Amino acid sequence: MSYSLDFSVVVARLPELLLACLATIGLSLAGMSLATVIGVLGVIARRSRFRLLRGLVIGFVELIRNTPFLVQIFFIFFALPQLGLRLNPTVTAIIALGLNGGAYAIEIIRGGVDAIPKGQVEAGLALGLHRAQIFRHIILKPALRTVYPSLTSQFVMLTLTTSVCTSIAAYELTSVAQKIEADTFRSFEVYFSITILYLIISSLMMGIFALISRFSFNYPVK
Amino acid sequence: MASIGPNELFFLMQGLKWTLALTLVGFIGGGLFGLIVALTRTAQNDLVRRTTTGYIAVFQGTPLLMQLFVVYYGVALMGFNVDAWVAVAIAFTLHASAFLGEIWRGGIQAVPKGQTEAAKALGLHYVSMMKDVILPQAFKISLPATIGFLVQLIKGTSLAAIVGFVELSRAGQIVSNQTFRPLTVFALVGVIYFLICWPLSLWGARVERRLSTASR
Repeated sequence: MSYSLDFSVVVARLPELLLACLATIGLSLAGMSLATVIGVLGVIARRSRFRLLRGLVIGFVELIRNTPFLVQIFFIFFALPQLGLRLNPTVTAIIALGLNGGAYAIEIIRGGVDAIPKGQVEAGLALGLHRAQIFRHIILKPALRTVYPSLTSQFVMLTLTTSVCTSIAAYELTSVAQKIEADTFRSFEVYFSITILYLIISSLMMGIFALISRFSFNYPVK
Repeated sequence: MASIGPNELFFLMQGLKWTLALTLVGFIGGGLFGLIVALTRTAQNDLVRRTTTGYIAVFQGTPLLMQLFVVYYGVALMGFNVDAWVAVAIAFTLHASAFLGEIWRGGIQAVPKGQTEAAKALGLHYVSMMKDVILPQAFKISLPATIGFLVQLIKGTSLAAIVGFVELSRAGQIVSNQTFRPLTVFALVGVIYFLICWPLSLWGARVERRLSTASR
């Protein structure tokens, strides 16, 4: 083999790559926010009195968790226009990430909510709090603290999943890398470098999540 | 607008065959290497343990798609002239070995310490202690997570489509482009994945429930 590695093309286009990193982070944050909203609303609906609503949430969760993200994003991007709903790649990516992450978030948050002792809710009722107050202060907040580690590791996975959004040509790190690869034919160098960029992004995210947990969950556990 | 006939369905089934083949190879290969990963991850030697910890962290901290790309082009760079599907299979094997290794590491560490001590007191050496005492219990503990990862792996093989490998998702994309019926095709592809993954997920959940009642 006379092939010699040449990373100069990567170095030359580093500014472009770093900008794309920001896009990836932005996409992830948007996806996470949507996933959290879907997660909380999903859990509320999952505990509703209406059987149909509960069934819909269960169906949604099972459907999303048992099909590949790639097929989901293809469905939204290529199939929905047939029904008259046309979205641009970035919006599609955020919706797909949010729905996918949301399904996992519902299951994770539900686990935390189920772990709240019933006596806590009864104590809330006895103190005269109304339903929304009980849900917010007695159920949701402690539940979120319980599930924080699993929820945030799910979010890191969501961040890694953003790379799949290249398949619909959304603007993010992988699609920029594919463009650079097409220009330079330095496939290995390009992908190896952005793999390291992803590793940095995911490590940073884990670090930030750990910091948040240290500062925001400082009220007594018991 | 072309319709979806037997030919298109046959093409999708061909893709499904590759999805299942990739999953199988990745799971078996990943299982074998994953066992080594799990054993080294729980080894006494500091250096060995740290190396494996790093290996796992890299695979868990980077997108599967990137792992596919890097292995795909890396194998070619190293001078091996292999089929695309072999390269993809290697990538899935490495990916699965890191995840299964980490899952089984948890299982090994969840086995009560008294078991190791008892095995040692009985004079069992390392191989027999692991093979006959620790690993059977560890696998039982980690069965739900292992099934969960199998589902992840089946879904993960869809990313081989982006590298250009024709498995179920890529087959769906091709059929969709030919027939201009993305709604039907992608719904169908989704249903096929669902029919494979859902029973596994249900099985995993059942095993988990059974284990948690057993340990109560």
